Amino acid sequence: MGNTAEPSGRERSGPPELSEEVLVRMHRSVYATRQFELACVDGYRRGLIRGYLHPYLGEEAVAAGACAALRPDDYITSTHRGHGHCISKGADLGRMMAEIMGKETGYCKGRGGSMHIADRQFNNLGANGIVGGGIPIATGAAMGIRVRGTDQVVVCFFSDGASNNGVFAESLNLAGIYALPVVYLLENNGYAVSTPIECSTGCCDLAGRGPAYGVPGACVDGNDAVAVYRATLAAVTRARRGEGPTLIEAKTFRHGGHHVNDPGLYMDPEALAAWKARDPLRLMRAAVGEERAAAIETAVDAELRAAVEFAAASPEPDVDAFLAEIEEA
Amino acid sequence: MAEMMFRDALRRALDEEMRRDPLVFLMGETIAERGGSYKVTEGLLATYGPRRVIDTPIAEASFTGMGVGAALVGCRPVVELLFVDFAMLAMDQIVNQAAKFAFISGGQAKVPLVVRTQGGAGNGLAAQHSQSLEALFYHVPGLKVVMPSTPRDACGLLKAAIRDDHPVVFIEHKLLYMTQGPVPDEEYVIPLGRAEVKREGSDVTLISWSLMALKCLEAAAVLAREGVSVEVVDLRTLTPLDKETVLNSARKTGRVAVVHEAVKRGGVGGDIAAMLMEEAYDDLDGPVLRIAGRNTPIPYNLNIERACVPSVEDIVAGVLDLL
Repeated sequence: MGNTAEPSGRERSGPPELSEEVLVRMHRSVYATRQFELACVDGYRRGLIRGYLHPYLGEEAVAAGACAALRPDDYITSTHRGHGHCISKGADLGRMMAEIMGKETGYCKGRGGSMHIADRQFNNLGANGIVGGGIPIATGAAMGIRVRGTDQVVVCFFSDGASNNGVFAESLNLAGIYALPVVYLLENNGYAVSTPIECSTGCCDLAGRGPAYGVPGACVDGNDAVAVYRATLAAVTRARRGEGPTLIEAKTFRHGGHHVNDPGLYMDPEALAAWKARDPLRLMRAAVGEERAAAIETAVDAELRAAVEFAAASPEPDVDAFLAEIEEA
Repeated sequence: MAEMMFRDALRRALDEEMRRDPLVFLMGETIAERGGSYKVTEGLLATYGPRRVIDTPIAEASFTGMGVGAALVGCRPVVELLFVDFAMLAMDQIVNQAAKFAFISGGQAKVPLVVRTQGGAGNGLAAQHSQSLEALFYHVPGLKVVMPSTPRDACGLLKAAIRDDHPVVFIEHKLLYMTQGPVPDEEYVIPLGRAEVKREGSDVTLISWSLMALKCLEAAAVLAREGVSVEVVDLRTLTPLDKETVLNSARKTGRVAVVHEAVKRGGVGGDIAAMLMEEAYDDLDGPVLRIAGRNTPIPYNLNIERACVPSVEDIVAGVLDLL
């Protein structure tokens, strides 16, 4: 089994103090992502959402931990399974839900949908419908930061599936040459669509691919937001100092199939049960404390209700206005 | 106006834009230390340093994608692909990423990226280093395609491409780098989307771009000696397409041929011919002719290579057929 959690972030960076602010932020991200995804699945079943929908259920701690280590002006690139990245970076749930419902009030005015949400306010450069497509873009964003001379960093979210695409190798090599301020955050959820990782690579420990390009690699328990946060913070600090890129492999597991209509019958039930027993939401609740968790969750529940109402009540894009817009282009 | 070589005019554009805007930078294979295969970027490393003139490894997909990413964070990268044939390695980043980001983000993002590349036959470089692939980019909404024929156009259009907020594929014909032409001394920019009537005439219109526009001018000179008055429209940019100039010329002469080096099948010429049928049918005196490359990979041997792309004689014969 490829995905045995081997948390190593703590040993690598030592345990820096966790501020209450960071804990609260991470719990908010994990819980909001969980509930948002459940609301999306519900909206899909009710016919309010169509197209492809790839829930981040089970992987919430990766985005929550990584984004907690970032400043608002740091950049991320995201994936087709990107709602968690978007929420954890600060996105408004209403505009997200509106986009996923294809509404004019959505982040992309209904032009993008679930697989293409970008958020300029929080420097989320966007999700991507092409597996691996965001990896060169993140690398180039880091080059752009270098040219502009700021101290921002980029976190590039991608998956074990993308790590077998050529651009992963090319981009790690490029980032290594130029010592770019980018953190490659590999979400190893054990499956590329339905293909288990043991069938798609001869070496399931993907952090080891970093050193081959002169890029340090670290492996963390992706269900533990605190572990992801610590590893990312170490990598971000290094990148901000101009010391170059890091590859972080966060081992995690999907709680369901590849997309909303995939029951995931090919998934190993024992592994799934074992990973669910280490549910990132439960781990995060324990870290933040039940009382604080409850207060955060009540607030998120209200926010999400309002978000769904806003999205459902929002207008669809006007067809004539759209046609006039593309006529100009 | 001084005479300048095509490659020097391109360098002048890069130099002027880099001086003007510190967010302009260059990336590509062998462009920095060596100054580029065709010496277009020679000397720029010394002026602007390694942060803005960057040699890359042979990784077209990723360094083209880096151009997209750098553009998304506010830079104006000029990415050089040694051959347009190599752009095929970077098609995801050009077609799915660069061309789409402004649209799918609902206008939140812009991608001011220039992909400079080189194409065309004529040097015996065989099938993977000689193609004319502009139709592929022309077909994709969200991309602009520029193909200059003269040093003056090359400089002015490259400056406009760099200043444009959308991705531009800028294709230079390999036989043009050493050609000479007058270039204004003062700074100038040629807006994208404007064709130029390079020679006025009244009997037949030739619509062309890049190297073939020069061949059309040669053909027009030959035909003038036989009493045929040929108008040559150099599109300069394929998208945006200057339909107005094309339609005006077609209505004036009533007889049109589109001339391009790329293979005829699925080429841009077919699209322009169809546009003329739709919008100027009543003004035409006959069908629009396509004078274009043969439907074949480009061969190595120079004699059979020459047979694959339109010659001045082919254009002259085509025009005489139209009359």
